[in-house]
Amino acid sequence: MARLGMVIDTKKCVGCMDCVVACKTENNVPEGYNKDWIVQETKGAFPTLTTEIRSERCNHCDNPPCVSCCPTGASHVHELGKVVLVTKNECIGCKACVASCPYDARFIHPDGYADKCTFCIHRVEKGLDPACVSVCPTHCMYFGDLDDPNSQVSRLLASRKNHSLMPEVGTQPRIFYLR
Amino acid sequence: MHELTTTRSNPQIDPSLHIWGWEIPVYLFLGGLVAGIMIISGYFLFKGRYKHSYFSCFWLPHISLVLLSAGMFALFLDLEHKLYVWRLFTTFKVASPMSWGSWILILVYPTLLASTLTRVPPAFQNRIKLFDKVSAFINQRPQLVKNIGVLSMIVGAILGMYTGVLLSALGARPLWNSSILWVLFLTSGLSAAAAFVHLITDDKYERELLAKADNGFLIFELFLFAQFIIGLLSSTQVHQNAAHLILSGPYAAVFWVFVIGMGIIVPLIIQLLAVNHKVQHTPVAPIMVIVGGLILRFVIVDAGQFSRWTIAGF
Ligand code: SF4
Ligand code: SF4
Repeated sequence: MARLGMVIDTKKCVGCMDCVVACKTENNVPEGYNKDWIVQETKGAFPTLTTEIRSERCNHCDNPPCVSCCPTGASHVHELGKVVLVTKNECIGCKACVASCPYDARFIHPDGYADKCTFCIHRVEKGLDPACVSVCPTHCMYFGDLDDPNSQVSRLLASRKNHSLMPEVGTQPRIFYLR
Repeated sequence: MHELTTTRSNPQIDPSLHIWGWEIPVYLFLGGLVAGIMIISGYFLFKGRYKHSYFSCFWLPHISLVLLSAGMFALFLDLEHKLYVWRLFTTFKVASPMSWGSWILILVYPTLLASTLTRVPPAFQNRIKLFDKVSAFINQRPQLVKNIGVLSMIVGAILGMYTGVLLSALGARPLWNSSILWVLFLTSGLSAAAAFVHLITDDKYERELLAKADNGFLIFELFLFAQFIIGLLSSTQVHQNAAHLILSGPYAAVFWVFVIGMGIIVPLIIQLLAVNHKVQHTPVAPIMVIVGGLILRFVIVDAGQFSRWTIAGF
């Protein structure tokens, strides 16, 4: 079974937010909500400051606390690529998954169910990339099977320095950022 | 320097998580209070107090039924997808404390019902034949009453622990990442229950016993708070930051004044004087303990949501 993940080249990302707009359009994200967003992180001491611009979203973690805490099974790991999803008509809106996500990647949809990035599963099922990946003007986002050593994502991870977000939390996120 | 700026501004998530309002603290408080009452009434049943008074065997479980239903109603109000609430009972998820909780609550009701039937006051007899029959059956079997008492204590203890585990299982919130939280909430529930029974019972023996017991619970609670805070302070930077939220940060005033001062130390002093016959028993100390227990849930739920794993500020 594939293990889908994303690799994002922070050297190429300019923070243009096209991925954010594409997600909102593709997934009909309600106004005022975001399933993906841009973070700018600045570290260091002047004059050796470094800045990284990242497109962030749900990390589709390998060890997702949002799935294990869900009392109804609405949050689940989909068989296609182990993508973490929510079945809306099984969700009671208890918000345990929202509180359990260390990345604050989830929110409660105005219709009452927990919502977040789906890796555009409806597109992936048709063999397409997620909307954010396909729209990126700098081509800084890559999507594929992390378990396939020949996939582009695996090769990039093998050849370039990279990091994931807050690996110390132990959720094993599947989005990686190339330095 | 370490600075993060984000374009995300999801309602209830940014700038800091606030998905749970008053409903969850009230639910956790009432759950803990009922848990404590079940342990106390179970103990009284076990000790045969039901032969002397209707209070512990009849009234306490009835009051618990009302309080628990109020707590569950608060939980229901918090759900964002209310029409699907029945989904809780179509599955059991071993790893989900909330799933455990919903099934535990299902166990609590029959236990309370069995307790109410151990001895029914004359005014309530001859109304529902089945209840009279079951009540007579239980009442004639002292060993069965003892077993119901033990069951009530066990189910009460599980319920009380669950109110803490519900939060501590959410590892993403450093303030709740404590293995002490379940004991703290169980003890606080017991203490609030002892204060509650002390407040409303007309039996002098029970009042005196519970005032003494509550002093023990309050002292133990202070010890647990110390453990809870030391545990966080001796952990990672994010856990230390979480502890400082209640020690010196935005929640400090409420924590020190209402939870520790007015909720534990002042009533403890008053009750120590009362059990040593230096002052009269008054409703002041138990009311302070109960309100302190409620505010504790608000502080922990709110500050816990505020606590996060990122060290850099948005
Ligand atoms: S990022 Fe959050 S919502 Fe997404 S899988 Fe991980 S824990 Fe769940
Ligand atoms: S809000 Fe919905 S998806 Fe999240 S834990 Fe509760 S029932 Fe599961």
